[in-house]
Amino acid sequence: MGLIQLGRHDKDGASDVITTTIEKAVNWARKGSLWPMTFGLACCAIEMIAAVSSRYDMDRFGAGVFRASPRQSDLMIVAGTVCRRMAPVIRKIYDQMPEPKYVIAMGSCATSGNIYDSYSVVQGVDRFVPVDIYVPGCPPTPEALFDGILKLQERIMQKRVFVTQPAQVKASLKV
Amino acid sequence: MHALIKRIQETFATGMTSSTEWRGDVAVTVSRGKLHEIALFLHDDPGMDFDYIVHVSSVDWPDEDERFEVVWEFYSIRKRHRIRLKTRVPESDCVVDSLTDIWKGADFMEREVYDMMGIRFRNHPDLRRILMPDDYTEGYPLRKDFPLRGRGWRDTFDFLDEVPR
Repeated sequence: MGLIQLGRHDKDGASDVITTTIEKAVNWARKGSLWPMTFGLACCAIEMIAAVSSRYDMDRFGAGVFRASPRQSDLMIVAGTVCRRMAPVIRKIYDQMPEPKYVIAMGSCATSGNIYDSYSVVQGVDRFVPVDIYVPGCPPTPEALFDGILKLQERIMQKRVFVTQPAQVKASLKV
Repeated sequence: MHALIKRIQETFATGMTSSTEWRGDVAVTVSRGKLHEIALFLHDDPGMDFDYIVHVSSVDWPDEDERFEVVWEFYSIRKRHRIRLKTRVPESDCVVDSLTDIWKGADFMEREVYDMMGIRFRNHPDLRRILMPDDYTEGYPLRKDFPLRGRGWRDTFDFLDEVPR
């Protein structure tokens, strides 16, 4: 992905020089150690658990250290149907997470409420927290969740760390 | 006629308004006034011995005079038989006797019926909403005249200054 350019030392050609920008190095470190928060609400959580377990092993992407506390996490994977009564809890947990923080809406329910167009189900978690990546599926397979995480990592690599992102750059962010 | 229905009929001259037996399921409809008495009989009588309350639910029949129906399911662990008890409730006087003094387990299930259908239970120790929040004011969601999408509660977030987009 062109994260870091390896340089060769001029004299003997040994690979002991790495050239990169600080921004890229910081982003590379951030994307390589996403600590997700366990936030399983319904059946999507089962697929999320499968994604962490040995067969799929989410740790390969640096996102396997699930924390039970929002204060130690970067990534909230909202997996499952969000009821209105759960909404203030999710928002509170989101507010407790330290910056930088990311949100993945996993599955149709967290994305749009799915078929549950009813009085108690929130029609998408983006109504009250900003969402970075939407993963479709009912429930999404572990591979689909990985795709979402990889897309999020690509997105993290494009972020500006030490300067404010100009609005037009923000709008043109790929992924 | 099923032995259970026969027994109830013999014991209570009035009270049982109808009964059905379908594929081994025994259902008995009783009048609202006799409900508690018959339930106590089902629990205490050695031949009945219904010691386990399976479920409490309710049905809305919007076009009928006595609009609501409350349904109890009982099971006898020792005798291994079960029975369904029903009673009708009009909308104007939406109250039935609570059976929590006979079966403690009826507590939460009766609260759910109250929360979802708005039927009140007389002598219930703690009749509050159980699924919806205590300050929910939009009515009773499982009634047939309740709009499927509610009346706005699911989209109002008082903890937000503005909706993020």
